[in-house]
Amino acid sequence: MSFAKRSLAKVITGFAGARVISQHGETDPELPDQAIFYANHCSHLDFLTIWAALPDELQKRTRPIAAKDYWGSGVRKRIAERIFNAYLVDRHGSNSTRQRESRSGVSPKGQIQGMAEVLDAGDSLIIFPEGTRGDGESIAAFRGGLYRLAQHSPQIPVVPVTLANVGRILPKGELIPVPHLSTVVFCDPIHIESGEEQQDFLARARQILIDCLIEHQTTFQDNSAAQNPAGPDTPESRQ
Amino acid sequence: MSGWEVGLLDDTALRLLGGVVLVLILASLTAAVLAKLLGPTSTITNLRQRINAWWLMVAVIGAALAAGETVTIILFLLLSLLALREFITISPTTRGDHKVLVWLVFIIPAVHYWFIWEHWYGMFSVFIPVYAFLFLPARNALAGQTKGFLQRAASIQWALMVCVYAISHAPALLQLPVAMEVGREAAEGSSSGSGGAAGAHLLLFLLIVVQGSDVLQYIWGKTLGKHPIAPKVSPNKTWEGFIGGVLSATALGAALWWLTPFTPLAAAALALVSCVMGFAGGLVMSAIKRDRGIKDFGSTIPGHGGIMDRLDSLCFAAPVFFHAVRFFYT
Repeated sequence: MSFAKRSLAKVITGFAGARVISQHGETDPELPDQAIFYANHCSHLDFLTIWAALPDELQKRTRPIAAKDYWGSGVRKRIAERIFNAYLVDRHGSNSTRQRESRSGVSPKGQIQGMAEVLDAGDSLIIFPEGTRGDGESIAAFRGGLYRLAQHSPQIPVVPVTLANVGRILPKGELIPVPHLSTVVFCDPIHIESGEEQQDFLARARQILIDCLIEHQTTFQDNSAAQNPAGPDTPESRQ
Repeated sequence: MSGWEVGLLDDTALRLLGGVVLVLILASLTAAVLAKLLGPTSTITNLRQRINAWWLMVAVIGAALAAGETVTIILFLLLSLLALREFITISPTTRGDHKVLVWLVFIIPAVHYWFIWEHWYGMFSVFIPVYAFLFLPARNALAGQTKGFLQRAASIQWALMVCVYAISHAPALLQLPVAMEVGREAAEGSSSGSGGAAGAHLLLFLLIVVQGSDVLQYIWGKTLGKHPIAPKVSPNKTWEGFIGGVLSATALGAALWWLTPFTPLAAAALALVSCVMGFAGGLVMSAIKRDRGIKDFGSTIPGHGGIMDRLDSLCFAAPVFFHAVRFFYT
């Protein structure tokens, strides 16, 4: 199985043309034994690509967070859970992000609890703090889960992962992936500073991804200022 | 005819490849000596990576030609697709272009190369510049996104012309000997592989002259280069490298006249044109890279960069060489 998984990882990184580097350009980024990985999100390929980019030991003990409403049934569920060891979270089956936004104060509590247990068990997490796939041209405002997890396990480094050009391979709403050369950048770990507010931490975490994307994806422009309030309103287009 | 013949490679081509291997052995030895003398500087490490990659590239081309025209055409189709992937990555396309990109990558190159494999010159020469050129923007307009439309449509068209249309003229050389022998009209639709060893000779002539010119420009530039030609575009391209490289590669082409139907003088002229075009290709690709803020198109070939970094000169040289030979010799 391990060999099969390694081959699968090679196929995924090969197809995504993925170059894995550190923030400083080294081709063999140094990663902690346990981490909360968070990344920008605009494609179903995102968690597969990060999973494939992880070194063997870390990959075995890393659980990508995937949405139950997409990955939660049938073949997809088996793929997500058996192969990628995904941790499925319930987004309460809501159809629009606005609805979710309004409930976000209440609903994610149980999910955060579950994710915290994953961390307590010694495993790493891959999360997408935007909560939903974006258009790839900007990064939406982060939701609070990242902060709460970092607060729950302050000893675990929070590692920003920038996915450049992955979203262009399979953008939201498309069925056929088109090859591009993507880059997976593992940035330097961050921690919540003493007394740092949720808002400040999330803004800082998000800015790291924005700066890194500007450097590694030629088509990315930071139109976050205009995008922030209006962005999450677009209804999710799912097949 | 002597016995040695593997696919499109006859004993002349095999002897030529033997010569190339000798040059590579010499290059590897020189690099090893330089590494001993100068230590592992970044230039030396890069040089050794480049030479190792050359070994692989020569082996791949040699194996493809030995396997025949079909395999060689498939090899160039794959190279086109890899180049296309690099090119669209740096193009300013958006989500709205995705459906056009599916046509661009999965359908049009395969159809185009199939026309080459069919030896269907009429269709091969107009399919992309006429039909694909008109179809792609129409499909894109249907997708409905107007912002930056001309830039996006133009980039997609450029990607197709450079990565697919231009590069494909190299394997198209394999069928030219048929037209030389029986005339252009009778050559239409001739069977795959009918260009025989003479076709492989033309392709090898072009590859050795153009890639040789790149290497020689690099060597002349590294050793004597002082005066940059276009410092804003590429500080590495100097007058010394250009003149030294092009002239010595022209001499190389003239020395290879026996490989081709050309006289030594004609071989020199065709080599000169190919080298100048190759230089132009490198310059244009440098300008594109500079504009997009990248150093290389990719990292597929260690030491060289991406596929497009290696094929930039061939892109510009192959179509002109193809048409010059077709015009004067068929």
